[in-house]
Amino acid sequence: MNPSRTLATAGRVLAQIRHDPRTIALLLVVPSLLIGLVAWLFDSTPVFQQIGPAMLALFPFIIMFLVTSIATLRERRSGTLERLLSLPLSKLDFILGYALAFGLLAVVQAGIATAFAVGVCGLEIEESVWLLVAVAVADAVLGTTLGLLASAFARTEFQVVQFMPAIVFPQVLLGGILLPRDQMPDVLHAISDWLPLSHAIDALNAVATGDEDDGYIVAQLLVLGAFALGAVLLGAVTLRRRTP
Amino acid sequence: MVNNSPAVRIDGLRVRRGRRTVLDAFELELPRGGVTGLLGPSGSGKTTLMRAIVGVQTVAGGTVTVLGEPAGSAALRDRVGYVTQASSVYDDLTVRQNLRYFARVLGAPITDVDRVLAETDLESHADALAGSLSGGQLSRASLAAALLGSPELLVLDEPTVGLDPVLRVELWALFRRLAEGGVTLLVSSHVMDEATRCDRLLLLREGRLLADDSPAGLMRATGTTDAEEAFLVLIREGVAS
Repeated sequence: MNPSRTLATAGRVLAQIRHDPRTIALLLVVPSLLIGLVAWLFDSTPVFQQIGPAMLALFPFIIMFLVTSIATLRERRSGTLERLLSLPLSKLDFILGYALAFGLLAVVQAGIATAFAVGVCGLEIEESVWLLVAVAVADAVLGTTLGLLASAFARTEFQVVQFMPAIVFPQVLLGGILLPRDQMPDVLHAISDWLPLSHAIDALNAVATGDEDDGYIVAQLLVLGAFALGAVLLGAVTLRRRTP
Repeated sequence: MVNNSPAVRIDGLRVRRGRRTVLDAFELELPRGGVTGLLGPSGSGKTTLMRAIVGVQTVAGGTVTVLGEPAGSAALRDRVGYVTQASSVYDDLTVRQNLRYFARVLGAPITDVDRVLAETDLESHADALAGSLSGGQLSRASLAAALLGSPELLVLDEPTVGLDPVLRVELWALFRRLAEGGVTLLVSSHVMDEATRCDRLLLLREGRLLADDSPAGLMRATGTTDAEEAFLVLIREGVAS
């Protein structure tokens, strides 16, 4: 691993995105618009107060998953990955470069989404707003790293898009948005404990309600970090310098 | 010590792609320096052989030693330049941004970017997006990236495909200059009239070397006047024997 090569890769990914203003606009605005839509939908009910925090976990996670998995798939298909892996770039440099670049975008995206949810949609937060941003960012980074990992198992754009329902939807269904996790059948509850998005949603709810102490939130953040790290390491293992 | 080792030495190489055996018991030794042309029809195994030399091809057996090290080893990654058939540069970056990135990955001096831009005659397109370049410009951009860091061995897979005759002549002049500077070049092509520009020719067909000779030697041996005819004679001899 070499920090200068990691940073060069992150800078290159950001430069690519800079040439694509429409993607930047979509990345930064769409989550806020969707959160606004949910707030409006449940205008006369207390539901937004209950699921609003989870929305902050959902959109950055899904969008970052999609963007990253497609970006890395493109890299595999265009031959640039083969070139890079014949150069003195370590696999971890490559993956961390991507995680850093999209992580940075995620910070901005989550910041805007949180500001919009709290400032415009009136989401009430008991704990510090910064904790909310921190969880949303960890969540977006998790989406990035899972997207990197998923792209390793996809050969075509069609396949990589199918990974979204396969990997993301179960986490959304079991994450506690549709039904609180402790009311689920035991087996599903147990499974949901092992899904990273559940921990992100738990953490955001804890920040919003103030029902748990900071230690609990930090513990959930660490779980998210562990999942992200695991995905980075697995992603590095699946990158092969030699291909058939 | 290291300088005495050949540029490439291949012993008993065996490569399978899917169910097909592309190369089997393949032997080759390339001395250092000079331009070696790797000629053969498409599907003959040229790209597979080049990928094995660069060390990005999964091999089923045999050894490939490059500049005294096992092919693909970490010590070789800044000593071997590789240009794939598809131009492997980022479409959504400018030519200069592409080269800067690859230079940083290689640890090459940033002044190298201007040098390779000049060598490939791309200075006037340096700030154009790679995706907006013509096919010929794009393949030169890909070549420019491989020239960064001044590698000792350059493996170029069909670098002149789709180029107009003037550019082709210019690129071969560049290959010649690089060879005079001590670089070893292995250049594949299916355009037979490029053969006479090489110091040495390898004719590959269905994974077998039909010939390994200088252009003049090859034509003398086959009693022909150009590489295409020589190739045909060799194929007929191969079928007859």
